[in-house]
Amino acid sequence: MAKTVGTSVKRVEDPRFLRGQGTYTANLQLPGMTHLAVKRSPHAHAIIKRIDATRALALPGVLGVFTGKDLIEGGCGPLPVGWSVPNQKTPERHALMPDRVRHVGDGVAAVVAESSYIARDALDLIDVEYETLPVVTDARKAAAPGAPLVHQAIANNISYEWELGDKQACADGLAEAHIVVEQELINSRLVPNAIEPRACVAQWNAPDDQMTIWTTSQNPHPIRVLLSAFTLKIPEHKLRVIAPDVGGGFGSKIFHYPEEVIVPWVSRKINRPVKWVSTRSEAFITDSHGRDHVTVAKMGFKRDGTITALQVTTWANQGAYLSTFASLIPTILYLGCISGMYKVKGIFGHVFATFTNTVPVDAVRGAGRPEAAYLVERMIDIGARRLKKDPWEVRHKNFIPASEFPYQTPVAFNYDSGDYHAICDKVATLADLKGMRERQAEARKAGRLVGIGFSTAIEISGYGPSKVVTSIGSALGMWESAALRVYPTGKVTLFTGSHSHGQGHETTFAQIAADELGIAVSDIEVVHGDTGRVQQGVGTFGSRSGTVGGTAVVKAAAKVREKMRRIAAHQLEAAEEDVVFDQSNGTAYVKGSPDKAKTFFDMAFSTFTANHLPAGMEPGLEEQAFFDPTGLTAPNSAHIAQVEVDPATGEVQIQRYVAVDDVGNVINPMIVEGQLLGGIVHGVGQALLECARYDSNGQLLSGSMMDYAMPRSNLMPMIETGRTVTPAPSNPLGVKGAGEMGTIASTPAICNAVMDALQIDHLDMPLTAERIWQAMQ
Amino acid sequence: MYPSSFEYYRAESVREAAKLLKQHPGAKLLAGGHSIIPLLKLRQTEVSALIDIGRIADLRAINGGMIGACCTYAQVAAAGGLPAALTEAASHVGDPAVRARGTIGGGVAHADPASDLPTVLLALNAKFHISKGRTARVVPAIKFFTGLYETALKEGELLVAIEVDAEARGTGSAYAKLENPASRYAMVGAAASVTIVNGVCTDASVAVGGLTTHAWRSKRVAGALLETTLDADSISKASKRIVKELPDDLLGDMHASADYRRAMSQVFVERAVTAAAARAKK
Amino acid sequence: MTHTISLTVNGKAHCSVVEPRLLLVHYLRDVLGLTGTNIGCDTSQCGSCTVHLDGEAVKACTVLAVQADGATIKTIEGMASPTSLHPLQEAFREEHGLQCGYCTPGMIMAADALLRHNHKPSEAQIRQGLEGNMCRCTGYQNIVKAVQNAALKMA
Repeated sequence: MAKTVGTSVKRVEDPRFLRGQGTYTANLQLPGMTHLAVKRSPHAHAIIKRIDATRALALPGVLGVFTGKDLIEGGCGPLPVGWSVPNQKTPERHALMPDRVRHVGDGVAAVVAESSYIARDALDLIDVEYETLPVVTDARKAAAPGAPLVHQAIANNISYEWELGDKQACADGLAEAHIVVEQELINSRLVPNAIEPRACVAQWNAPDDQMTIWTTSQNPHPIRVLLSAFTLKIPEHKLRVIAPDVGGGFGSKIFHYPEEVIVPWVSRKINRPVKWVSTRSEAFITDSHGRDHVTVAKMGFKRDGTITALQVTTWANQGAYLSTFASLIPTILYLGCISGMYKVKGIFGHVFATFTNTVPVDAVRGAGRPEAAYLVERMIDIGARRLKKDPWEVRHKNFIPASEFPYQTPVAFNYDSGDYHAICDKVATLADLKGMRERQAEARKAGRLVGIGFSTAIEISGYGPSKVVTSIGSALGMWESAALRVYPTGKVTLFTGSHSHGQGHETTFAQIAADELGIAVSDIEVVHGDTGRVQQGVGTFGSRSGTVGGTAVVKAAAKVREKMRRIAAHQLEAAEEDVVFDQSNGTAYVKGSPDKAKTFFDMAFSTFTANHLPAGMEPGLEEQAFFDPTGLTAPNSAHIAQVEVDPATGEVQIQRYVAVDDVGNVINPMIVEGQLLGGIVHGVGQALLECARYDSNGQLLSGSMMDYAMPRSNLMPMIETGRTVTPAPSNPLGVKGAGEMGTIASTPAICNAVMDALQIDHLDMPLTAERIWQAMQ
Repeated sequence: MYPSSFEYYRAESVREAAKLLKQHPGAKLLAGGHSIIPLLKLRQTEVSALIDIGRIADLRAINGGMIGACCTYAQVAAAGGLPAALTEAASHVGDPAVRARGTIGGGVAHADPASDLPTVLLALNAKFHISKGRTARVVPAIKFFTGLYETALKEGELLVAIEVDAEARGTGSAYAKLENPASRYAMVGAAASVTIVNGVCTDASVAVGGLTTHAWRSKRVAGALLETTLDADSISKASKRIVKELPDDLLGDMHASADYRRAMSQVFVERAVTAAAARAKK
Repeated sequence: MTHTISLTVNGKAHCSVVEPRLLLVHYLRDVLGLTGTNIGCDTSQCGSCTVHLDGEAVKACTVLAVQADGATIKTIEGMASPTSLHPLQEAFREEHGLQCGYCTPGMIMAADALLRHNHKPSEAQIRQGLEGNMCRCTGYQNIVKAVQNAALKMA
């Protein structure tokens, strides 16, 4: 059996998607299904004076209308927050708000009806009287004296302040610098917009006291814990959470959302299955948003380009409440990454996280790390420009040398491995940087605004270790679990607590198991996303599936091999230490006698007949493993973008995009490349197009796909990709995580290219035609 | 995503459609549905009834320059013998699936200030054939578009056809637009039609969209093009005139401010006229 | 008031009583149970719901079921035979033109219409031709390659 890890095995899951047989939550049809719709606040901040559902209840087909008070009186607890930093102020947030709303889209009532159309009709018949209150939407303005308070008890709207780094070393570094560049940068607010809107179906089985919930989640097991312990309070063994096929997440489907409480609660109340499917309009005002930072940064440089210090002050918008992992993002995931790929002694960052009358902000693809990369890579370009130095050379000068890994940054993280000079050289070669530069010079002579932009970026990935993450704020451990059930005929079901919503686990996890057991990928079925089938799990976020979930598979497979080896030894009447398991073909034999091997089938079948097992060995063959990583990984990348700006209109055309990424070893190159390509375009979207804007009343102006611009098929040329590999030392697969690297690196690459084209220091994103045109006037 | 209830009637002829309109005050016409259905889905509009005119064969044909109101954008884009600006604009409305269903009549009757075809039809001096069943009238483009989502169509009337002149030798037209990056509607759209006789421009018509409440004709640019050879310099000079000619109060939003749109009007007028002139010279 | 509509979907005749306001995409998904056609937005932008109506790719969220009376509809479920995939479906798999799979049915229906109008589209024509279909996972690159691949297969 040839090794499959490292080869582009075609995806096992594709046929059902290609045939239109995906099992997305909204596709579920159950006998007696009812349909739920949520009445949402049209105001960004208001007191609920009165809710009158009389007219709605009179509408034929309406089965019930429920308010926040009903849910609270019915036993529902507030939505919990899964991350807490010191002195964090966590306001109470209910699935339906009982007395006050704090952002447009906050739920105030739910209606359940015989059809989705009737449910929607009924929303218009629920009369809600509001007393509107003053509104604040900007993170920095929210912290200013006199700003309207989003939560009366939380002074200055500050949820928490957080610092990282060495203040004195930073001050010393700035003092030592020959020039200090200072810049304000706004990292715009993103709407995640997975193409599948969120959905939830619940079915209460009264005779058995059993609740089943289907939900569009990246992590059904933690959702079950939160539902059971905090919100719905149904005992965990009576609660099954299924995240079937999920149509993209990008972070937005990590969190515990109100509808996951409302839908099952109503199902139990009316004793019928209930379905809620978000419309895209609802998604814009209820899915957690991303980014939204206002930052003032200083970076010090010596004349030769050496970076001496980085000082960062950021106001991070948390929205109206803390979403499930809100305080993880602008703290360790952000400030922990502001050393970038560079050796800088004096780094210090301070974050003010503020409440505003906007949708809660949490992880969106990259989550904190794109904000860090954008900041660092923009500051270096501004510094290089001031120093009249090549930004490429300035980067080179400051890279952490390959010889210094593992490298301890001044901002908490320890980078596991990398060769930053090598990755940069590779991308420069792939792009033919010298030729690119020459052609750029010619084009510029002809008056064309051609720009070349670089970015190098790291991502910290592979969360846990559980001891580390819980020590800095996590309420849950970040291990992963895998189980291998070997059937008597030698076929295998692999149960993983990790979840695929596009990443291709059914293929890559099967590849890992196939290689570990010496059997074919086609002999393995991967099961994920169902707490009723999968033993335990944490889930998929932060590019952790391969590193943590994949390693759990490796560990479970080792247990299977070990049991098989002992069986073979017994049956071959050899000492256990003389028998080897051959991973190349799934057999076990006495060293030197492969011709007398026990096959995978032989050994599997023996555990079923159980008549020829070593003394004391249990029948059956099902092994489970948990993996808690011992360290984090540091995927890294170097990207080069070439753009041309239309001097008449300010429109940007991307002419080339070259990316080299080091995500450690690669399980399936086709899938890894797919992750990187998608990630890159997502990040380009932020640079050029995407931005959620609120007006002063807290109305989301970009509240539909008519107004929120996203990448379409004609945005990019063919992206040219390459790879370097420094295996991660902290897991046996040597993988680092590939889901977010592209996004993290591409945003600054494009911005730097546009600034190069315009020969200016800085413009905030998104780099719309008008913004660029204004800068040219 | 869930429209409120309405009645639905299907008209088999123009006369029947007019009759249904009379019988059901407050009813709206449904052709391809690509203006009204999106509004109904978001409940931004409600109707008591829709009268489906999408199957009336007479309205779905192109005969010479007479374009049935229910011809799809795809049909218009693929038709031979129509002015280049019109096929060009029709082939850039929305996306292929939108063009396969959306109709020219539905689009112009909706009169979105950012839509492409009103601008082109104004530049081409199209004639709008309107019926009320037994009676009919013809309205020139300049009088058809009257305001924000407003046209000359009166209660009980329906648009049956749009008539444009075929482009004779020496005449060329073109459409250029700056797209909204999200919706792809025009933030600025410019259409031009020019005629060259003996190397000199004898007729010019220029219109812009996305800037004012409805498609807007530029007299000054057109005037300045006359008697020139339509060389790059004269086109550039003439195009500049639109900036001051446009009214003070222009549309603007987060994607493109009024100031930017004003500046871009010159750029896109110049592009449209340049392309039109090149076609006229062919 | 309800209306009776008759239409052919994936070669099978259906007759149903529907409200005028029922969108074609809801009819296909909820009445006929053909859930392969997905819904991704409510402003006719994303293309997830693309199906063929009388041979043309249309957005099924912007067509009323009553408008489809008498029409022939093809959805993603009508593309493959029970035993083999359509060349476009094969090409999407070969080129890794899908990740989460949600936009895929609409993307394939749009691509099929594109290839019927243009047997040998250039990269630019494919990118233009698919601009009404949004994908958040792939960055479109492998979708473009899949359509190029399928064009060769179907030639």
